[in-house]
Amino acid sequence: MPRHRITVLFLAIALAAGGAGSACKKNRPPVARPTPPPPDTDLNAGRPPAPPEPVTEAPPVSVPPEPTVSSADMGSLDEINKKGVLAPVFFEFDSTEMSSEGQAVLAKNAETMKQYPTWVVSIEGHCDERGTAEYNLALGERRALSVRQYLVSLGVAAERLRTVSYGKEFPFDPGHGEQAWSHNRRANFVVTAK
Amino acid sequence: MTHRSFLRPAVSLCALLALGVVGLAAFPAQQPPATPPSQGQAREGIGTITSASGGKPKLAVPDFLAATPDAESKAIAATIGQVLWADLDFEREFYMLPRDTYASIPVPASIDAMPFDRWKELGAEGIVIGTVRKTGTGVTVQVRLFNVASQTAAFSKEYSGTAANPRIFAHTISDEIHKQQRNLNGVARTKLTFSSDRDGERMKGTIYSRGVKEIYIADYDGANPRRITVNRSLNINPVWSSDGKAIAYTSYRRNNFPDLFIQRIYDGTPPESPAHGTDRIHNFLPAWSPDGTKIAFMTNRDGNQEIYVMDANGSNPRRITRHPGIDATPTWSPAGNQIAFTSDRSGSPQIYIVDADGLGQPQRITTDESWADRATWSPAPNNEIAYAARSGPGFDIKIYDVAGRATRTLTNGEGSNESPAFSPTGRHLAFTSTRAGNEQIFVVGRDGNGVKQITKEGRNFTPNWSR
Repeated sequence: MPRHRITVLFLAIALAAGGAGSACKKNRPPVARPTPPPPDTDLNAGRPPAPPEPVTEAPPVSVPPEPTVSSADMGSLDEINKKGVLAPVFFEFDSTEMSSEGQAVLAKNAETMKQYPTWVVSIEGHCDERGTAEYNLALGERRALSVRQYLVSLGVAAERLRTVSYGKEFPFDPGHGEQAWSHNRRANFVVTAK
Repeated sequence: MTHRSFLRPAVSLCALLALGVVGLAAFPAQQPPATPPSQGQAREGIGTITSASGGKPKLAVPDFLAATPDAESKAIAATIGQVLWADLDFEREFYMLPRDTYASIPVPASIDAMPFDRWKELGAEGIVIGTVRKTGTGVTVQVRLFNVASQTAAFSKEYSGTAANPRIFAHTISDEIHKQQRNLNGVARTKLTFSSDRDGERMKGTIYSRGVKEIYIADYDGANPRRITVNRSLNINPVWSSDGKAIAYTSYRRNNFPDLFIQRIYDGTPPESPAHGTDRIHNFLPAWSPDGTKIAFMTNRDGNQEIYVMDANGSNPRRITRHPGIDATPTWSPAGNQIAFTSDRSGSPQIYIVDADGLGQPQRITTDESWADRATWSPAPNNEIAYAARSGPGFDIKIYDVAGRATRTLTNGEGSNESPAFSPTGRHLAFTSTRAGNEQIFVVGRDGNGVKQITKEGRNFTPNWSR
């Protein structure tokens, strides 16, 4: 379903671009970019003007240029993760409770995951250096599990969400002050398959 | 004592060589465990060296003499003298006279020429004299401990072995002198295992550039470090099996989820994963029961962190804790009938004790800490539990006397100090400390004295001492 919506969205954008002019087309060899199949275009053209909401709700990345290559649209997994498409959630010291800010981040992440239903995501639980190495393994896991549970409650399929605790093994900020610590107490998202 | 015989290092040699790792000194593998590997036992001396002052006897260990004039013999002789001095110093049963104070006193080849008056003048009450002779197959080391007052040998032995690791001669001599003179089981032949990033490798197959940690072993003094995992992942919390032949640890080596692995370090066989982790079931923090038949660990298999116990081969897993809070970091009592662990059921991490069958109510033992973790139960005869307690910005090592219910502090705010582990005699602890800048392994006496830095290369974490 979401993929269809993206297709429609793309076509709407393509139509709009086509209607606006063909300046960009001059830079491109025409053969390199197959045009959309005419029946779809006709179908789309017959519809009322495209609703504006999907444009604003689209993920903060480019729309697939072609339905046939949609699996490569975001680049490699590496690129997706480097872009930080799924934002991290932060925690208080020795806490696994999510702030309202964290819940908003997770709502957005859930939305994104629904738009890309093939994504499998690893939720990494991290802690700051002020806890012990051993207990932090448990605390990090608990953070990851609570985030997973929250995403499931928002309708993300549980089997798409893995958890892993890194305790205080991989701080994002190597500093030793509250700013670094607050940065390092997090649930971090990594897309592991798409 | 049997487990610290030469039998084990000799067995180790073949396996380590098979692994392509530097071998340990090879002593006759056929020696029965209780028999020292010396051949001159008939000359074993008698008598205990005591101090006239009533304090610790003052000992000197001059350089051993090279009886064969080649450079290797001289180097071995120098190493044995230095290492033996440090080994004897470590147990703090003797007052070890600084070696530079007697560098000018000649060591004669014959006992008749021994300048006892000069040693007496220096205050030495015992002198350890040794010779190193190269033979067709290796090295023969003769050693005598002289009583300066009576001018007789209180200890006299001869050792043979390969020249590959001269330090093992010194460690053996130290352990046997401690046994004979003080009826003490020394730890000079024990080993440490720990997690380290010293090779500076990066994890493979991950989005972020993250440094790996691998498992290493080293002699108790940090010498002869050897890497035992090579998987470019996160390998942490290593613990020795009771027979000293295997190490259990937490590793993310398989598909990047944490699971327990057991590696038979002298066999070269692939590690086993007895807790059967999956990408959903994660297992951490193994702790071998004192008799080696069971492993306690932390697992998320019930949806939150609980302590489980399984047989060492992975069969018969059973749940020990039942609480919706975190239960983590188990350790066994010396008799194996109780388990201490960390729980946040009160709202913060605290240490609890529960019967090892999981029946009965866990009893909280830390009451004045804001954060307590990594309980480590001492081997007998001391019934005490070391743990890391939050103090100021970092942690300090504390020891809880189980019978007396009293707590004492071992480290005093110098850096952050975590992850204590007892030596097999309970007389010392190893721990992780940041006092030298970054994380390193340190050892300390159970009275808080004699702090010594063991590692320097890279960062080093979570030590565990062989039994």
